[in-house]
Amino acid sequence: MEDKTIPVTLETVVAEVTKIKAEGSRLITMTCVDIDEANMELLYHFDKDLKDHHLRMKIAKGQPVPSISPVYFAAFLIENEIEDHFGVKFDGLVLDFGGTLYLEEEVMRTPFCKYGVTRTDGAAGGEAKAASAETA
Amino acid sequence: MARTIVPFGPQHPVLPEPIHLSLTVEDEIVKEAVPALGYVHRGLEKLADIRDYNQMIQIVERVCGICSMIHALCYCQGIEEMMKVEVTPRAKYLRTIWSELHRIHSHLLWLGLYADAFGFESLFMQFWRIRERIMDINEATTGNRVIVSVNVIGGTRRDLTPEQCAWILSELNDVEKQFRELQNTMLNDYSVKKRTVGVGVLTKEQAFELGAAGPMLRASGVAQDMRQLGYAAYKDLGFEPIVETAGDCYARGKVRFRETLQAIELVRKAIAGLPEGETAVKVKGRPSGEVISRVEQPRGECFYYIKANGGKNLERLRIRTPTFANIPPLAVVLPGTELADVPVIVLSIDPCISCTER
Repeated sequence: MEDKTIPVTLETVVAEVTKIKAEGSRLITMTCVDIDEANMELLYHFDKDLKDHHLRMKIAKGQPVPSISPVYFAAFLIENEIEDHFGVKFDGLVLDFGGTLYLEEEVMRTPFCKYGVTRTDGAAGGEAKAASAETA
Repeated sequence: MARTIVPFGPQHPVLPEPIHLSLTVEDEIVKEAVPALGYVHRGLEKLADIRDYNQMIQIVERVCGICSMIHALCYCQGIEEMMKVEVTPRAKYLRTIWSELHRIHSHLLWLGLYADAFGFESLFMQFWRIRERIMDINEATTGNRVIVSVNVIGGTRRDLTPEQCAWILSELNDVEKQFRELQNTMLNDYSVKKRTVGVGVLTKEQAFELGAAGPMLRASGVAQDMRQLGYAAYKDLGFEPIVETAGDCYARGKVRFRETLQAIELVRKAIAGLPEGETAVKVKGRPSGEVISRVEQPRGECFYYIKANGGKNLERLRIRTPTFANIPPLAVVLPGTELADVPVIVLSIDPCISCTER
């Protein structure tokens, strides 16, 4: 997989995704991986003519990420799911459930984080921040 | 007329599983559809933290009962690629046979539910009656009707005897005969066409851009099916995807109808070419690395991302199911349609909510 993966940053991700779309690739999905207490990784998976290729972006916990849903509308559901599971906030989501796609508003935990990320003010509009080894 | 918001689901007569759509309507024309999920979310991906990589086979089978075999196949293929395990030719063919049997019973289940959605109850019963023959094959050859649990890392844990193969072929002859008897009704009946032709149209461009998967994608003219990748025994069986171009509910039904016949033929070819040999190889060690595994479920492309670090538990397991991919296209297709057509359009994506919410 590594040979088909391009690293991107918060500044370049939207431009890169826009370029990939213009080249005729289909968005398959995105994956969030909890790396450690301070960092996460976002993977963007694409398909072109049955060949998969990927973008990889390292992010700090609590760091808002630009949404790619204005480029690929289908990303809105994926990004909302990642926000529920991992507490990652996406700026510019075309349809933002505010962390309540699966979870109730009062939920203060991000259940898929191994290294304990919690929301500061509940799901609705809550920002994610790193917390000490608290698991869901 | 003022706009009204009509809640569709989570409990609705056409929905086997709960999903909610908030429909904004004006004069019974849908203007906006906003989906809401979360009624049956189980967090199965997270179980990779506490179940080892072998136990995860049983977990991923429970992502979806209707295509349990294909989830396990996708997962096992990923782990095998990571561990550089070469599966025996016989195991590849056996996996293909059970996968296609799952596709047949899944499509028959859907065809029945779909007929029920547009009010054709006797057609619904006919499809489900035929489906029972496939469930009998599953039970006789694997020990279970739905969760067949035949996959292991390195192959399959069950085999088919020559007598079982002959019996499956004989059963499939009956299934095909009875299924073809319904073809004229399903594809040419006035009332079926009245409820499905031109309803819920998704163009080729929309299907591609919105990331549609499976029959939803192929009914809009995109010839993409993960079986073209040639995994399991598909490379040897001469597979070509079934494609329709109208992009409406009728086309989605027709794709699944034709795919059922194609799946019967694939099972026949796989049985005819079933190689001799072992069904599984011994696997040593633990997985390490990152892989992507993709297969074609009855509802479309299934995608697994697996990350492991040499421990007994996986570091991350990510599952993207086809219904999850088909919800954004559904939200785009519904605006502009009549409220009475919403159940048929929703059913036309073959929604599997347990898959979606995993």
